[in-house]
Amino acid sequence: MVEIRPAVAVNPAERAGYVDPPPRMGFFTDTSLCIGCKACEVACKEWNLVPVSGLDLLGMSYDNTGALTANSWRHVAFVEQSRPVGWQASAPLAGTPTGAPVGVATAETGAGTVVDTGTDPGVPSAPDPAPAGRMVDGTQFLGMPGTELPGRGDRGGRADLRWLMMSDVCKHCTNAACLDVCPTGSLFRTEFGTVVVQEDICNGCGYCIPACPYGVIDQRRGDGRAWKCTLCYDRTKSGRTPACAQACPTESIQYGELDELRERARARVERLHADGMPEARLYGHDPTDGVGGDGAFFLLLDEPEVYGLPPDPVVTTRDLPRMWRWAGAAALTMAAAAVAAFVGRPS
Amino acid sequence: MAEAHPVGFQWVMEAKERGAKIIHVDPRFTRTSALANSYVPIRAGTDIAFLGGIVHHILENELDFREYVLAYTNAATIVSDDFRDTEELDGLFSGYDPETASYDQRSWQYRGQESNGKNDTVTERESAAGLRHESHGAPISGNTMRDETLQHPNCVYQILRRHYARYTPEMVERVCGVPREKFEEVAKAWTENSGRDRTTMLVYSVGWTQHTVGVQYIRTGAIIQLLLGNMGRPGGGVLALRGHASIQGSTDIPTLFNLLPGYLPMPQHEQHQTFDDWVTAIAHPGQKGFWGNARAYAVNLLKAYWGAAATPENNFCYDHLPRMTGDHGTYQTVFNMIDGKVRGYFLLGQNPAVGSAHGRAQRLGLANLDWLVVRDLFLIESATFWKNSREVETGEIVPERCRTEVFFLPAASHVEKEGTFTQTQRLLQWREKAVDAPGDARSELWFFYHLGRIVRDRLAGSTRPRDRALLELVWDYPTHGPLAEPSAEAVLREINGYEIATRRPLASFTEMRDDGTTLGGCWIYTGVFADGVNQAARRKPGREQSWVAPEWGWAWPANRRMLYNRASADPEGRPWSERKRYVWWDEQAGQWVGEDVPDFERTKPPSYRAPEDATGVAALDGTDPFIMQGDGKGWLYAPVGVLDGPLPTHYEPAESPVRNPLYGQQANPTRKLYRRTDNPTNPSPPQQHSDVFPYVFTVSRLTEHHTAGAMSRMVHHLAELQPEMFVEVSPELAVERGLTHLGWAHMVTSRGLIEARVLVTDRMAPIRLEGRVIHQLWLPYHFGTEGLVRGEPANDLFGATLDPNVLIQESKVATCDVRAGRRPTGPALLDLIADYRRRAGLDGHHPPVVTAAERPGDGADDGTDRKE
Repeated sequence: MVEIRPAVAVNPAERAGYVDPPPRMGFFTDTSLCIGCKACEVACKEWNLVPVSGLDLLGMSYDNTGALTANSWRHVAFVEQSRPVGWQASAPLAGTPTGAPVGVATAETGAGTVVDTGTDPGVPSAPDPAPAGRMVDGTQFLGMPGTELPGRGDRGGRADLRWLMMSDVCKHCTNAACLDVCPTGSLFRTEFGTVVVQEDICNGCGYCIPACPYGVIDQRRGDGRAWKCTLCYDRTKSGRTPACAQACPTESIQYGELDELRERARARVERLHADGMPEARLYGHDPTDGVGGDGAFFLLLDEPEVYGLPPDPVVTTRDLPRMWRWAGAAALTMAAAAVAAFVGRPS
Repeated sequence: MAEAHPVGFQWVMEAKERGAKIIHVDPRFTRTSALANSYVPIRAGTDIAFLGGIVHHILENELDFREYVLAYTNAATIVSDDFRDTEELDGLFSGYDPETASYDQRSWQYRGQESNGKNDTVTERESAAGLRHESHGAPISGNTMRDETLQHPNCVYQILRRHYARYTPEMVERVCGVPREKFEEVAKAWTENSGRDRTTMLVYSVGWTQHTVGVQYIRTGAIIQLLLGNMGRPGGGVLALRGHASIQGSTDIPTLFNLLPGYLPMPQHEQHQTFDDWVTAIAHPGQKGFWGNARAYAVNLLKAYWGAAATPENNFCYDHLPRMTGDHGTYQTVFNMIDGKVRGYFLLGQNPAVGSAHGRAQRLGLANLDWLVVRDLFLIESATFWKNSREVETGEIVPERCRTEVFFLPAASHVEKEGTFTQTQRLLQWREKAVDAPGDARSELWFFYHLGRIVRDRLAGSTRPRDRALLELVWDYPTHGPLAEPSAEAVLREINGYEIATRRPLASFTEMRDDGTTLGGCWIYTGVFADGVNQAARRKPGREQSWVAPEWGWAWPANRRMLYNRASADPEGRPWSERKRYVWWDEQAGQWVGEDVPDFERTKPPSYRAPEDATGVAALDGTDPFIMQGDGKGWLYAPVGVLDGPLPTHYEPAESPVRNPLYGQQANPTRKLYRRTDNPTNPSPPQQHSDVFPYVFTVSRLTEHHTAGAMSRMVHHLAELQPEMFVEVSPELAVERGLTHLGWAHMVTSRGLIEARVLVTDRMAPIRLEGRVIHQLWLPYHFGTEGLVRGEPANDLFGATLDPNVLIQESKVATCDVRAGRRPTGPALLDLIADYRRRAGLDGHHPPVVTAAERPGDGADDGTDRKE
């Protein structure tokens, strides 16, 4: 097992034993440029021969993919909310005879849509729709009072409207739990620092699935193996841009050397802040976060929960060494006790 | 644009990154609105009122680019004293004939030219004559009277002011439901971003044309762009985003009944009996501009068709050309099919059973032929209607008895064949074939070449006169490969034209001669094979050339990337500003120079003034940039060429829940109607029973699907992204009609009924018009009965009522009712529609056309149609 040193920016390829590897490559997905065209989803499926993931109308805005699964390696989330977004010069529906925004029931219906993606766990078949209902009017933290300013919560005569779009993908974590737990070595770290499943080695044990803190990796039914984004390893090896980034018409998905992407992202956030969008923030860029930073990171326009992302992901194997130490200590103690029992026996 | 043109939208996003402000006006909040700086919700079908409000704002505040307007538009031109405006006639212009529902255009003419307006406007409507103005303005003659002070009461500028005087922000709010603040935001942004240093671009998609006043929508946009000096200058213009690859190409080399290549009109049997009649009608001797050479363009086309058989003695086989005898447009043809007047039909890459308005009429028409050939990538609804359609369910088509024999022929896709695409900038781009087509799939070129060859073999030896046109056709394209694929380059070479004796490709249409020594298939494309090189195949990267990138592909005419670019310089020939320099007069060199090919005679100085008796190109002054217009000016006011009025006027859509707030005249009085019991129109105020269909609906595209869906519903990567037909409604309408999210609803009109899943979304919002709330629904039109994902076609809800200028149907706005739950099935479905018709008073009645008073102020509101 790889030792985890979360506070240090490391090249995971070097750590995995590559001598003098090429620069770490990754994605910077800038959601402020996403137009929700789903070209990334289509290009990914075409290039990687990913099968169909279900012909179901989900009612979650224009998202009929539902989630990242073994059969969807890119997923564009659509978030409709009665809230402003920074670039709007005026409230979109101001002055129209609107009532309150779509009700809790509508949001819950969408969130509760059952979909069979042919994968496991796929899109959870019976999720709790209640959180979606609570999200109707923006982020709500469970167990906390509303985050709205006094007087803003009542939105009869809705005027604000934002439609956020975001193309989600495997994060290619610096400290990748899926890789840590893989018993066959099917999951491996490439020379570019990305995490790839080798389809001819995976035995379908499924350990990687609960290990992923983002719920990305998933099993294909009838096939049994785990599948996810490879960052188009075949393309990156030959110096080509991954299919999704190549297809993205607005450069919302940018591919490149991670160091350079981080620099570009930092400048972009500064620019958006200067342009009156203080809500712009990066997600997954920080090498000191719970997964040691992501190889695929994002620029978001609100809290990660709004997009269905975990706010503070932690590599699920983080505590394993400590647990093993405790287990070891416990075993030693027991052994000592046992020895003591024999030693201490009256002769 | 992000919905229908996501790839093109990258440039909008890039402009936004550079500081451009994006304004999106749409009845529904789309993916474009999501990225826009300002979103303006609007009632569908009220765009002229909205844009007329901008014209009003410009004129009342004198925000026009006065120097440009004076020099380059017809603002100063004086119009006939006989002209009467809609303000005087309650929504009609002078010259209206209620018998024919058309205008006598004599009173619309420039003063002193009244005899120009003798056009047969009824025939022009039947033949969609407006289409031929895509490359050039309508003819007018001689010199005009002008008042450079713009004070004359009958100068265009003053007429424009009076015409739009009532299009105030308050009126915009009353008609469009656009709040005043929103409207002023747009007006301010547009005017402030136009002038010497800045230009604004107006981009529309072709849904804008699908209205009974579609041409006038675009005219209103053009008036604003002319007033603000945004035409013929970089960053300006009115841009049409086409709905498919090479739609521009299919009007240049047309697939239309009324045009021949290069916008030469198809001869009409009465007006163009002889070759000279025809050519004279195009050239209009005495007129200014480049159409003076029309005879040469016509001769070259006929020589390209009939080669050695076309001689000056036989008028170059002019009599081989078919003649128009009336309306041969799509909808007339469909009704003719229903009436048993059509035997056979070819459908190529078109799916009218889903994609055209009035789906039921389309399918019933297809079911009443002897034979039907469908060439497509997939087995589409237009090939399976006889066994799988709504009409089979209702018993209107019985598969065992359907008389149409359908031949389905698989077609090669765009990557499986070579040729050119022409896009909206008139840019021709050559495509190489990437892969062989699978199985029996063949290119269109292969199909038509070999079909023609076989038909000609069959007719060989025939002495019947009617076969001569086919037998004398030059049909000798070289073929290659095991499938005998014709050479697309050989076709392009012929389109370009060449000198017959030497086969030297022509470099420009100015080399075309009218004596039969040159030939060319489309005069505006001449130059695409200049020097024997396929110029459309040029692929020099943008970074290796100037920002105009003249060496990427080839643009007609003459590789000019921007039309009328003489207007990018001031009357003296200097750039209007350093920031917007494009083409200018170089005094030392004695010619026009710049970033682009100047759209002007290269050595005609700005100081040139045409002699009184000059005609053709020589009659254009050095300050007349609009060289394809009869007077060299940009037309704020159109004395001819537009059949429904010299100025755009707000009329309600043919179906509307509200009375026209501006005039007694409710809808476009000249709109093309097909008065048939199978093509009813829902009643609109002031008619009775308009409350039977109380909601407005509009249809458009989703990014995930392509038009009628053949290329996306059959492909799982795309189909799964939008897997079912749905209707978008506001939370308010959902409450009003008891609709639930993801539940079912069905929409009813007097033509049809479809069901769909319901998406309740904040993106749809009601509109307020003077205290009345209007609800709008939105539907995608991609779905049909075939494919991996299915749904009922939204176009079944529309009837066929057309724009009079170009015969395009109003399929972007109509009225309907919406009911919760699934629709009835089988014959009960027809009963429900019949019940709606009965309640709407539509049994045996035709809709009225004229609702305005004959004389001003004599009480037009009774809603009766004098003719009925």
